[in-house]
Amino acid sequence: MARAVSQRRKILFTVAAWSVGVLIFFPILWTILTSFKTEAQAIADPPIFLGFDWTLENYSAVLERSNYGRFLWNSIIIAGGSTLLGILVAVPAAWSMAFVPSKRTKDILLWMLSTKMLPAVGVLYPIYLLCIHLGVLDSKIALVFILMLINLPIIVWMLYTYFKEIPSEILEAARMDGATLKEELLYVLTPMAIPGIASTILLNVILAWNEAFWTLNLTAAKAAPLTAFIASYSSPEGLFYAKLSAASTMAIAPILILGWFSQKQLVSGLTFGAVK
Amino acid sequence: MGQIKLSKVSKRFGDVEVIPPLDLTIADGEFTVFVGPSGCGKSTLLRLIAGLEDITSGSIQIDGTDTTDVPPAKRGLAMVFQSYALYPHMSVRKNIAFPMRMAGVPAQEQDRRIAAAAEALNLTDYLDRRPGQLSGGQRQRVAIGRAIVREPQAFLFDEPLSNLDAALRVGMRMEISELHKKLQTTMIYVTHDQVEAMTMADKIVVLRAGVIEQVGSPLDLYHTPCNEFVAGFIGSPKMNLIKGAEAQKHGVATIGIRPEHVEVSSTAGLWHGTVGVAEHLGSDTFLHIHGVAGCDPMTVRVDGELPVKHGDEIYLTPQNDKLHKFDGQGLRVD
Repeated sequence: MARAVSQRRKILFTVAAWSVGVLIFFPILWTILTSFKTEAQAIADPPIFLGFDWTLENYSAVLERSNYGRFLWNSIIIAGGSTLLGILVAVPAAWSMAFVPSKRTKDILLWMLSTKMLPAVGVLYPIYLLCIHLGVLDSKIALVFILMLINLPIIVWMLYTYFKEIPSEILEAARMDGATLKEELLYVLTPMAIPGIASTILLNVILAWNEAFWTLNLTAAKAAPLTAFIASYSSPEGLFYAKLSAASTMAIAPILILGWFSQKQLVSGLTFGAVK
Repeated sequence: MGQIKLSKVSKRFGDVEVIPPLDLTIADGEFTVFVGPSGCGKSTLLRLIAGLEDITSGSIQIDGTDTTDVPPAKRGLAMVFQSYALYPHMSVRKNIAFPMRMAGVPAQEQDRRIAAAAEALNLTDYLDRRPGQLSGGQRQRVAIGRAIVREPQAFLFDEPLSNLDAALRVGMRMEISELHKKLQTTMIYVTHDQVEAMTMADKIVVLRAGVIEQVGSPLDLYHTPCNEFVAGFIGSPKMNLIKGAEAQKHGVATIGIRPEHVEVSSTAGLWHGTVGVAEHLGSDTFLHIHGVAGCDPMTVRVDGELPVKHGDEIYLTPQNDKLHKFDGQGLRVD
């Protein structure tokens, strides 16, 4: 009897979980499907789900019109660069906050997080002017820096949480065993924190890749990443849903694939300490 | 060689003085146990000797050399932590090799010492496993192995057995004692368990609130505790401390009598009470007796065969030559 109930619950939960999953994934699925339709079929009413004439014409049109490679390259540089720079700044910061905390460490962490609650548009004007004066408007270097700063609180928090989980006795043991600070970081702390650092990098690459507000506002032609590439297809020349979908698919594909292959790492990183 | 001498060593954390200035000398080859209740500063004292905490004032000498400002690794001490503190990403072999690797010991010599330590600690079959695949007792052995291979001047143990279950604890206690007999190296051992202190130590240092209450051999502390605190802390079950009229008969504020030094009778005696809980251990029985003036309950140790049960009326007489007397400040009066 009890078993039958639990079996029924199992089915119920499975159905519920899949429903939520499909619901969340549906917009992406629809975008991908639309990218293979003709423009007429893309706006057909009622919508066609699978029974349309599959075509690659949107992709060739998009590739013909825009330089996808350059946008992709800019995205890689901006997301990768801001992440690397962020990690370089955040590892020593998180290390010192986790292992030699002061009275104000908690306050600093909270304050850092509070900057994430600031509406970005509130500082758009000063930052825009700053970029003009420094002559870095529409440059990758400016975006690398700004995105690094924007995501730094999250990187520091994640690394701090990871480092906190490493018992300080192990680091003390290393010190007793004759390891210098450098050897302690190199042979003991870093190997133990590699899963944490990896999932932090991953999450940050995703966040930076998807960042649209600053990349759209501070770039024009030279430094524009894939977010700008998509935006250029929802334009005043009328809505071309199929081409917009093709552009979107091409923009999200790299990060979708990266996320797909590393989802296990990502989940364990985000739930670290909560479950274990 | 491993004589350790603390002179006027003190430690403050901010405004809190956890250890007021204290002096202590630990002789070469001695097994010294720091014992005291939680928060008495025993672990802090060990960490000061290790160099993991800086001392606020005073000096620490190891073998006549002032090591006050010497970093932990250069003091020639090896430490075994409560949580074992093994490197989880390294095999047992690499864990044991780590201090030698840091010191630049040649590979052949490393292998020789690892083999010897593994042999002595029954770890030979586990050298290629990770710490996560070992039991608690095995992990503790690896931690000890990592300490041995350094051939240190002294070993520091910070409550090494408190994460083990009771049966394992007794076994490891013996192993550490035997290790000390074999190596003849100075060992400092921190514990809150007075049984560990009594069974292992050459010398016990009893601490309370950062202050050394008494230093002496286990039997010294048992026979002549210098104050009420030591009297109550050393010995199991605890010494009975009796205040009031009974103590005044002896002209002091408090008298103490150990549970094993009280005679019981069902007919006549100096004190009278009712048996509350009787704890039968088989060989012995501990009686908790209610109704004795100035000490409630009084604990008495009797032969395991004695037929007593809850609610029995009982008469008690202390062995007069085993009475301990303490004055109003709690200090011993002879």
